[in-house]
Amino acid sequence: MAQHRSKHLLPGFGLSMGISLFYLTLIILLPLAAMLLKVAGMGFPEFWRIVSSNRALAAYRVTFSSAFIATIINGVIGLLLAWVLTRYRFPGRRILDALVDLPFALPTAVAGLVLVTLFADTGWYGQFLEPNGIKVNYTQLGIIAAMTFTSIPFVVRAVQPVLEEVDVDFESVATTLGASRWQVFTRIIWPTILPAFIGGCVLSFARSLGEFGAVVFIAGNLPGLTEIVSLLIFIRLDEYNYEGAAALAFVLLVVAFLTLVATNLLAAWQVCYVERKT
Amino acid sequence: MGHSAERSAGANVLIGLSFLFAAAALVVPLALIFSFALREGVGAYFDAILKPDTLHAVFLTVITAIIVVPINMVVGAALAWLVTRFRFRGQQLLVAVIELPAAVSPIVAGIVYLFLYGNQGLLGPAMQAIGLQIMFTPLAIVLVSLFVTAPYVARELVPLMRQQGTDDEEAALSLGANGWQMFWHVTLPNIRWGLVYGAVLTNARVMGEFGAVSVVSGSIRGQTNTLPLQINLLFNDFNIAGSFAAASTLALIAVITLVLKSLLEAWERR
Repeated sequence: MAQHRSKHLLPGFGLSMGISLFYLTLIILLPLAAMLLKVAGMGFPEFWRIVSSNRALAAYRVTFSSAFIATIINGVIGLLLAWVLTRYRFPGRRILDALVDLPFALPTAVAGLVLVTLFADTGWYGQFLEPNGIKVNYTQLGIIAAMTFTSIPFVVRAVQPVLEEVDVDFESVATTLGASRWQVFTRIIWPTILPAFIGGCVLSFARSLGEFGAVVFIAGNLPGLTEIVSLLIFIRLDEYNYEGAAALAFVLLVVAFLTLVATNLLAAWQVCYVERKT
Repeated sequence: MGHSAERSAGANVLIGLSFLFAAAALVVPLALIFSFALREGVGAYFDAILKPDTLHAVFLTVITAIIVVPINMVVGAALAWLVTRFRFRGQQLLVAVIELPAAVSPIVAGIVYLFLYGNQGLLGPAMQAIGLQIMFTPLAIVLVSLFVTAPYVARELVPLMRQQGTDDEEAALSLGANGWQMFWHVTLPNIRWGLVYGAVLTNARVMGEFGAVSVVSGSIRGQTNTLPLQINLLFNDFNIAGSFAAASTLALIAVITLVLKSLLEAWERR
């Protein structure tokens, strides 16, 4: 209601609307429309032939399974880091907190270069892994490592603010009433942070699906084995197969859009949850 | 909070695990970049950085950031003002459209521009007919960079401005300030750290963007190669020292970004 009232009071509606629409149209909508036209122009049978080809199916399988595993790893580690950063005070906490954002600040190409060097057979990590039969570079493990690294911050940053809000009084009351620490976690803390946790996981999954820079360095890019969807699109472009690239890009665009819808619904759920509780 | 006084053994284990993970997954990779960049000595390092192609890549990357960051600061502030100060039809849709570029694979970001300005694109042929080439020029790099960072500034400002509410601004207006006076003296000081923070994040993404730029730049050495593309090129040439030298400049920017981010968050809390 307050916002409705301010519609008449505050200036700048026309100007900010004008700038926003001009930018959105020119930078986002027009290019998107160009690609959608390209896809619409190829007809459904052709589109379907491209997106359901064996090579595309193999690329989906590699991309989705790697992103799924990377998300599980980041879910567990993200929860641990968020918990430690909000619940304990210890020397080096600020540095740990700042370090969590490194994967966002570090360009993906640099991340890829570092990972492929770390896991090379003579690399700092590879020299210990390779003799034990664990090969990371140019295998799916490499893709998982790249996806995990580039999406580390998502779950931490989603869960951290909610965890800070969980009322410590509730917990002490529950403890005085005889609840074990595990019960406090599963009955009080977990339900509160669940929407944020899932939201963080969805973002992490989406980022992993689209990750390109870090993966191309370490994946080896063997068709059917370590070829991710983004790379297959890139290869189609190199072959001047624009329809093939457009159809696959459309698939990724739809997945991204669905992710966005899912995170918005989760955010709404989170708000409902907080309001119901208070 | 009083947790620190009587920290249990379990807590120490969790803290230890966190540091172990951070060391293995974050600190060691960062150390590796600088260690490999300087492995052959400081002289060799500067030789690698000062190679004309790499130097040009640095130049192009910096120019792109200098153009993109201010534009996205202005647009981000306008978007945040629009979304937090007014209610209108299609507001949700507008917010969703801004967020889309950040949710999509960077390769897709590059492709949509190819289908607009490329040879077989929507506007490409018509523009070429009048002698306007956008694809595979620095302009294309600027455009995709604007695309991938579209939500960055607004994303920082919207929650901040929503939380601050409109009281200060309404007070300024009722005291007789006009729109611009209100913006310069009330709104801008209130949101400055959020704005700077958004700019820092935009800058990091623009300088590091790889996927989208690799589609639209054509990777012409010494012409349309940005730093991340140059790293890839040197790596494919088996010039490991050169690629780490180039990578170290971006890693340094990443470290500065993290430091600025911590400082800005500390200032914002005050």
